[in-house]
Amino acid sequence: MAADVVIESHGLTKHYNSFVAVDNLNLTVRHGEVFGLLGPNGAGKTTTILMLLGLTEPTAGSVRVLGLDPARQPLSVKSRVGYLPELLGFYNGLTAYENLIYTAKLNGLRRDEAHERILSALAQVGLEEVVEKPVGTFSRGMRQRLGVADVLIKKPQLIIMDEPTQGLDPEAARDFLGIIRRLKADGITVLLSSHLLHQVQAVCDRVGLFYRGRMVLEGTVEELARRVLGGAYRIQVEAEGPASLEEALRRVRGVVNVTRPGETLYELETEYDLRPEAARAVVEAGGKLLSLKVEQPSLDDVYTRYFEQEGKHG
Amino acid sequence: MARSKVREGSPWTGLWAVVFKEMADHLTSARMLILQALTLITAVGTVYAAASNLRDTVAQDRFLLLRLFTTAQQPLPAFVGFLAFLVPLIAIALAFDAVNGEFNQHTMARLLAQPIYRDALLFGKFLAGLFTLALVLTTIWLLIVGMGLVGLGVPPGGEEVARSLWFLVLTVFYGGVWLALALVFSITFRQPATAALASIAVWLFFTVFWGIIVDLLAQFLRPVRIGLPSEYLAQGQLALMLSRLSPNTLYSEAILAMLNPAVRSLGFVLPIQLDGAILGAPLPLDQSLALIWPHFTGLVAVTILLFALGYTLFQRQEIRA
Ligand SMILES: Nc1ncnc2c1ncn2[C@@H]1O[C@H](COP(=O)(O)OP(=O)(O)OP(=O)(O)O)[C@@H](O)[C@H]1O
Ligand SMILES: [Mg+2]
Repeated sequence: MAADVVIESHGLTKHYNSFVAVDNLNLTVRHGEVFGLLGPNGAGKTTTILMLLGLTEPTAGSVRVLGLDPARQPLSVKSRVGYLPELLGFYNGLTAYENLIYTAKLNGLRRDEAHERILSALAQVGLEEVVEKPVGTFSRGMRQRLGVADVLIKKPQLIIMDEPTQGLDPEAARDFLGIIRRLKADGITVLLSSHLLHQVQAVCDRVGLFYRGRMVLEGTVEELARRVLGGAYRIQVEAEGPASLEEALRRVRGVVNVTRPGETLYELETEYDLRPEAARAVVEAGGKLLSLKVEQPSLDDVYTRYFEQEGKHG
Repeated sequence: MARSKVREGSPWTGLWAVVFKEMADHLTSARMLILQALTLITAVGTVYAAASNLRDTVAQDRFLLLRLFTTAQQPLPAFVGFLAFLVPLIAIALAFDAVNGEFNQHTMARLLAQPIYRDALLFGKFLAGLFTLALVLTTIWLLIVGMGLVGLGVPPGGEEVARSLWFLVLTVFYGGVWLALALVFSITFRQPATAALASIAVWLFFTVFWGIIVDLLAQFLRPVRIGLPSEYLAQGQLALMLSRLSPNTLYSEAILAMLNPAVRSLGFVLPIQLDGAILGAPLPLDQSLALIWPHFTGLVAVTILLFALGYTLFQRQEIRA
């Protein structure tokens, strides 16, 4: 196993009686990555996460987390990996500080060390003002940030978050994504599950698309777009010119498809960002370029298209 | 999980963190404050009544301190009578939401994601309950000894203190049975109210119905047909054996022998067995201890069995619930 591999699974499978929740999963997450598991409800995301943490026993297959086997070395794994569960709860009657003290003690930290780490973790997530407030008074967004502070106490190398932005308002969600980016900047590997695609797209380096217990697609958003949508980029060209313009655009290397939604509007599906080449093609064909826009492929498109295709095939 | 595999590290990692957190919760909870206040009032009331009753006999009695626990003054029953009710109640109150509470607050997943085993969590919760109970009862014990000193003006003898301390230990372990029972129900029932009701139902069963059932069973299984003494004896012995299946019987017999040194035997005594014994002469402590040892180990064994049952159920429980 390569030194920078943080999570590696081979043929990981989980059956609940005859129901297959996770089917033969091969997953690799590297150091410093933000990896997004996405998929519809019941796809098997949570089950996968629980197996990575040794909280559920796999039916078959192998997992290594930070080079350790979570089923045999659960204490070592759990002292290095932070977990933010789907339903994140705290003791409402205790203050933020008291809640985190308990976590620190369960991790075997001494009181003075715990004190330092708690204050710095709460500052990192912007909760330094409410250290002594009971958690019962916290908003959903504050609780979620407290959850991050809670896992930071153990100075984790990897943080696993299950649906971390679920139920947050757009601003709180944006703040939270900012926290994830800072974690990445601090060298922490992050695995998160979600079905909020634009958020996954905003923070994840790579994503895996889960469907019925299988990982059906994996890669960067661009790779997925290239595979599922054909072209990874959509370029809108607005130009006046001869009828041969469409043909000229089609001939540009890297262009996958050209459509003409309007009289002067051409839409190009391309493998790369081909704006300069497209502009040159218009000019060389004797046309007049009015505007040129590139549209990033969105995970939404990938997701929708993938399930449309799946629907057709079976 | 994975019983068959060798697990890394000690199953008790983090045990004391759990114990201290849970004890702090117990000692500050409104529920415990109410029960502590209730126990305190009971202790003060019954012991005060007993002390005023005993004042006349101070001179003759060797075991005044013990009498404080056992003397009833109409219309009040003795302190030990109240304790037999209060201790199960306190124990149940300490544990009925131990496990399901963590699930309902959604803290279980976060808790088990820390580097501890489930063993430490469950045992920590049990120990915290037991220690809290011990703390409450020891406070009451000290209070009663203090009241005895002030009210009767006679310092207790060494054997008396030892006997009353054994009484304290027995009471804590009796509470342990109900603690373990409530813990099991807190694992099996998702609703704390259901767990509390189920625990109280079991307690009521043994307190109210078990005696009736035992009588009926004994009459049915060992009927008295022609009225021979041996028939009565057989029926009585069966009834006694059956009634000892109840932790309440074990406890009340044990504290009877501990607090009343004149008790030379528990259960049936034939005249021939009393040969050579001086009636009414107090038994030395070690012999009283020998008398109740089966009761004590019985209480501990029931606790261990219940805890083991809870442990097995808890290990199998899905973390998502
Ligand atoms: N204890 C269990 N017993 C039986 N089936 C289960 C159990 N836990 C989960 N499942 C099933 O396994 C499948 C995968 O569940 P999982 O929770 O992993 O999905 P998910 O991708 O996290 O979904 P969601 O987006 O709803 O959280 C679901 O169909 C679920 O019904
Ligand atoms: Mg889930």
